[in-house]
Amino acid sequence: MKPTDTSNPEYFHRVVDCQHACPAHTPVPEYIRLIAAERYTDAYMVNWESNVFPGVLGRTCDRPCEPACRRGRVEDEPVAICRLKRVAADNKADISDRLPKIPTQKNGKRVALVGAGPAALTVARDLAPLGYQLDLYDEQIKGGGFMRSQIPSFRLPETVLDEEVNYILNMGVVSQFDTYVESLKDLLGQGYDAVFVGSGAPKGRDLNVPGREAADASIHIGIDWLGSVAFEHTKKIGKRVIVLGGGNTAMDCCRTARRLGGEEVKVIVRSPFADMKASPWEKDDAQTEDIPIIDNHVPLEFVLENDKLVGMTFDRVVAEYNDAGKRSLVSTGEEPAFYACDEVLIAIGQENAFPWIERDIDIAFDQWEMPEVDRITFQSSNPKVFFGGDAAFGPENIITAVAHGHQAAISIDSFCQGDNVAERPLPGVTLVSQKMGIHEWSYDSSIEEDLRYKVPHADKKSALKDRRLEVELGFDIATAFKEAERCLNCDVQTVFSEALCIECDACMDICPTDCINFIDNDDEPALRQSLRVPADDLEQAIYVSDNLKTGRVMVKDEDVCLHCGLCAERCPTAAWDMQKFLYQVTQASVL
Amino acid sequence: MSYIRPEFRHPNSPANERGYTRKDYEGGLSTLCAGCGHDSVSAAIIDACFELSIEPHRVAKISGIGCSSKTPTYFLGNSHGFNSVHGRMPSVATGANLANREMIYVGVSGDGDSASIGLGQFAHVTRRNLNMLYVVENNGCYGLTKGQDSATADIGSASKKGAPNPYAPIDLCTLALQLGATYVGRSFSGDKAQLVPLIKGALAHKGFAFLDVISPCVTFNDSAKSTKAYDFVREHAEATGKMDFVPVKQEITADYEPGYTQEVTLHDGSVIHLYKQDGDIENIAGRKSIRDRNEALRQVQQYKTNGKILTGLLYVDPDSQDFHNTLGTVSGALRDLGEKELCPGKQTLADINASFR
Ligand SMILES: Cc1cc2nc3c(=O)[nH]c(=O)nc-3n(C[C@H](O)[C@H](O)[C@H](O)COP(=O)(O)OP(=O)(O)OC[C@H]3O[C@@H](n4cnc5c(N)ncnc54)[C@H](O)[C@@H]3O)c2cc1C
Ligand SMILES: Cc1ncc(C[n+]2csc(CCOP(=O)(O)OP(=O)(O)O)c2C)c(N)n1
Ligand code: SF4
Ligand code: SF4
Ligand code: SF4
Ligand SMILES: [Mg+2]
Repeated sequence: MKPTDTSNPEYFHRVVDCQHACPAHTPVPEYIRLIAAERYTDAYMVNWESNVFPGVLGRTCDRPCEPACRRGRVEDEPVAICRLKRVAADNKADISDRLPKIPTQKNGKRVALVGAGPAALTVARDLAPLGYQLDLYDEQIKGGGFMRSQIPSFRLPETVLDEEVNYILNMGVVSQFDTYVESLKDLLGQGYDAVFVGSGAPKGRDLNVPGREAADASIHIGIDWLGSVAFEHTKKIGKRVIVLGGGNTAMDCCRTARRLGGEEVKVIVRSPFADMKASPWEKDDAQTEDIPIIDNHVPLEFVLENDKLVGMTFDRVVAEYNDAGKRSLVSTGEEPAFYACDEVLIAIGQENAFPWIERDIDIAFDQWEMPEVDRITFQSSNPKVFFGGDAAFGPENIITAVAHGHQAAISIDSFCQGDNVAERPLPGVTLVSQKMGIHEWSYDSSIEEDLRYKVPHADKKSALKDRRLEVELGFDIATAFKEAERCLNCDVQTVFSEALCIECDACMDICPTDCINFIDNDDEPALRQSLRVPADDLEQAIYVSDNLKTGRVMVKDEDVCLHCGLCAERCPTAAWDMQKFLYQVTQASVL
Repeated sequence: MSYIRPEFRHPNSPANERGYTRKDYEGGLSTLCAGCGHDSVSAAIIDACFELSIEPHRVAKISGIGCSSKTPTYFLGNSHGFNSVHGRMPSVATGANLANREMIYVGVSGDGDSASIGLGQFAHVTRRNLNMLYVVENNGCYGLTKGQDSATADIGSASKKGAPNPYAPIDLCTLALQLGATYVGRSFSGDKAQLVPLIKGALAHKGFAFLDVISPCVTFNDSAKSTKAYDFVREHAEATGKMDFVPVKQEITADYEPGYTQEVTLHDGSVIHLYKQDGDIENIAGRKSIRDRNEALRQVQQYKTNGKILTGLLYVDPDSQDFHNTLGTVSGALRDLGEKELCPGKQTLADINASFR
């Protein structure tokens, strides 16, 4: 293999698994160290700059970082990255003096933002400090988008959301709430320099089986129902509730139903339990609140008696998988199962809908009625119109919406300034040695063996009585410290200088996880197999040096490196050094 | 500075026949200087014991004094150990071995420990053909006492701060060969591919197995003028041939590289293969048999005269009679003897006495 080019920032970026997996590339180990150092405000700002909603995300993020976390590959569970973020938010001091200054002298460019969800709010935050005039439209009465209308208060208290939404609205954004944009053509006609569409994926999928129309009064589309609970149009539900669906929306529906008077709430899902889309922790939380999840049941019919919904029937199925791993649900041939209920919540998926976007304004739509949007620039075929968040490529999550927002803001800025939108700014990168003395590092290199700590929960009885009572209480400071210490500091990179190496083997001998090898070079597949422990995880890079004096090369498998620094401590010539790598996605404005 | 090695290991770290992973053969975190050759020798011992599936509790580690003699703390943490007096490891090993012949004895010493203060002990344990692995971690200096020249330092070799050594060196392999050692090898801490099979063969050998392992002292004797420095050894070492160790039971199915020349079956049925990669079938460093002691002596000297260091397996006598055979001791460990064997009764005593009349 050719020697690894570590001057390409993408190489070390990939080693920081959590940060790499995060759509916004939040510098995770950096903020976790700040939490351990009790520098909560600094930890918060690292997050705020990158993901805009640390308090919200520290409670609700889908956490793609956690399955990626290296810790999960050397022991049972990853670091509680998400809940540590909340610790920063809960314990920070006032940050108002750290917020970017908004110029009073505007730059003369006007941008309209449709929707006040995380995507559009991120665009606003990135453009406001540059002097853009920003008009924000949302049909709801307050900002936040789905974070407000869909995510229940027992998971995300309104105060937390208000605070983080207001940081942005207070940047001089002209918000026009309670205003549904009926026509994009009209909006463009108002002479905006650019329009950002962050209107989300607002349409809940319906279930058309017999009885649907007749029982309509007792059947609700999950996301509409959650929205109506959030804005207090709906305050109660029947005693027996069936929730259809296996995603996170279903989990929010069933838990909300428990708080609105539902005593016997069940989730009934087509697929096997293990295949459900809901995150494992959401399923746990639902089950803890006495909500059974009945899997392998395909809805057949809404059953009515005297024109009133009395229950539903289901076909019992088993999942069969073909050679390609494709699943089909096959009926067991048993009698249909009947479950009694008073009301049904349908949470079987969400769709985009753009009835307000005319089809004759140069925005191309594909066969699924989705706008054609560039995956890097977020520009549509109408160069003035940009999309992001769920509106761009279908429903995702908050952190993805934020990541889109940052990129769209860069594009809008380039576009408005007459620059080439396709030209993307390089990430900001620093690589700094952590050496403080012969064997002293400026990071805590020792590896703690503690297992993942659990976040304490509020008492169930009180929680079920009050839909606004937050269930998760968050880590206390002492536990947060211990959880933070579980982080392996994967951003502190092992950097190798072949010219210094005398091939004494000390690093290879000391490495607890057999990462380091001194062997003859070969092509990548052969090299991966000839290591002390074969490097079978192809997702993880191997780090190959140039030829050493003996003609061999150093090959390090990055997969389960603990970043413990022992290799560098044992190296007599400092051929290994531990260097902190900070990778920052460049944003439209420097905060 | 880390004092504790993290507990986590590679999740795919392989297990041996006994179900142990390498971790089960590790010891405490070394306190030697970073880059000390001795730590590599420890790692090679760990590799060898792991690969041979030796149960750690069956091993006794015995050493004298010196950086080298400290190393048993850093490997086989689940084995027995005795850190004895300077140069006296052979006596302690002899006593332990006589009391319990069922254990595997690993003696670790230094060039100071064996070639200076302990030279007499070294000579006698070699003569007795005690069943043990005797490793000298040879750095040409007294590392622990700040790098004074040792008795193995070559003429003209100079340590980092020292003057060129004026005295003739003791060659421990030559001495071992002359004194009747039955397994003799020389290696380099920086060459695990050679060292690990050498240690495995030595552990399987029944009798006195001596390994002189050049193991650079990075702190005091890794200088440009030292003949025990990493660079010097890499430039001047030449191997007798490549060696493979095939343990008992393992069927010999591997395709050996061309040029395989000799095979030596040890007493327990394990096999050592020696081959030259250049296809020089007849010769291992110009020698017909690895079992020829005279040739071994001649060659070691010849390489030295040519300014080279001959490494690899130098000599083996697979049919050797160890000290217990010579003495005709009981077949098991003394601790297993019962009252019946220890007090055989008046009649037996009378018979013994009668035999001397
Ligand atoms: C029940 C539920 C729970 C969820 N839980 C989580 C979670 O825990 N964690 C997570 O990361 N994600 C979660 N999500 C997903 C997440 O809410 C969305 O992916 C995210 O909010 C998308 O952000 P966005 O900016 O694209 O748009 P949205 O947040 O959807 O905001 C779009 C806004 O635009 C407004 N709008 C639309 N059309 C118009 C128009 N024509 N004129 C004016 N206003 C308009 C809408 O009213 C809405 O307020 C959940 C989703 C649901 C349905
Ligand atoms: C009886 C006695 N004499 C002298 C010493 C001092 N001493 C300690 S270690 C050592 C030399 C060790 O040299 P070597 O065996 O080569 O070990 P190294 O440190 O080089 O590995 C000496 C002379 C001692 N500890 N005990
Ligand atoms: S930091 Fe060095 S010693 Fe520690 S696990 Fe990584 S490669 Fe091994
Ligand atoms: S410890 Fe340093 S000098 Fe020794 S092999 Fe490793 S990198 Fe090379
Ligand atoms: S002084 Fe020399 S022999 Fe002793 S530990 Fe340091 S490098 Fe090794
Ligand atoms: Mg020495």
